[in-house]
Amino acid sequence: MADSHADIDKHVRVYKIVFGALFVLTIATWAVAYLDLGVAGGIAVALLIASVKASLVACYFMHLISEKKLIFLVLAFTVFFFVGLLLLPFFASMDPIEY
Amino acid sequence: MSMEIPYTVSPRPDTGLTNGKIAIWLFLASEVMLFGALFATYIILRVGAAEWPDGRTFLSVPLAFINTLVLIASSMTMVMAWASLMRGNFSRYRVFMALTVLGGVGFLIIKYLEYSAKFQHHYYPSTNNFLAIYFTLTGLHALHVIGGMVLNAYMWGPGAKLWKTNPTWFTNRVENAGLFWHFVDLVWIFLFPILYLL
Repeated sequence: MADSHADIDKHVRVYKIVFGALFVLTIATWAVAYLDLGVAGGIAVALLIASVKASLVACYFMHLISEKKLIFLVLAFTVFFFVGLLLLPFFASMDPIEY
Repeated sequence: MSMEIPYTVSPRPDTGLTNGKIAIWLFLASEVMLFGALFATYIILRVGAAEWPDGRTFLSVPLAFINTLVLIASSMTMVMAWASLMRGNFSRYRVFMALTVLGGVGFLIIKYLEYSAKFQHHYYPSTNNFLAIYFTLTGLHALHVIGGMVLNAYMWGPGAKLWKTNPTWFTNRVENAGLFWHFVDLVWIFLFPILYLL
């Protein structure tokens, strides 16, 4: 709550820019889906745009850009386990059950 | 006997954060794992399937596109609600918070239209694996939207009494409610391309 009115005005200006960027990137997500990029290319581009949008929301709307160290520590653990969770299917496919 | 909750207004000296802020981030971390498990399930189902339908053949991309914009707009009104409190403008806060709740209502109405169309075409979770994971992910997400709306409506209505007695605590609460709402938006940002476009 240490932010002055001038600081908040600055925040609001940034929020408006982020909102505009999210709007444009959402249109881009839709448009890109209709380009013929192949399955892998389509997935990569769609996930890249989604990641940029998610980063904008997390950094600016969720104030991560100016957050304290402890929150990043919590998030580092979260990312580690989240990535592990998503990799589980690949670990499983590398070591299939023999029938 | 009343016991005051510590560090709701001023940050804890060792963490530099209010307890509420740490609590909501820990909760969001658990939420990431919940949705992560379902995203991993999606990958297993998709990679293991001999054929996977194009989402566009079952789902309405225009409706999902509009819903994405609705959620993004409601995230914007949520931060504006918080910024209004930081400026000490309570009546403006009320307007932005009401718009945020209305954004949630709009999202659910569109979702209802989408689900109704699926059921009319006899598309159910039991129809195939794609629809099973679609209904599970979007249904769980919709429950989160409802949860966020209940919280935001409380902050707009009865919970707003706190503004008169402890404005800083109330502002911190609204920021934490906002963190949950933005997380709901964030999950949808991934659901939209994964389910509808790929």
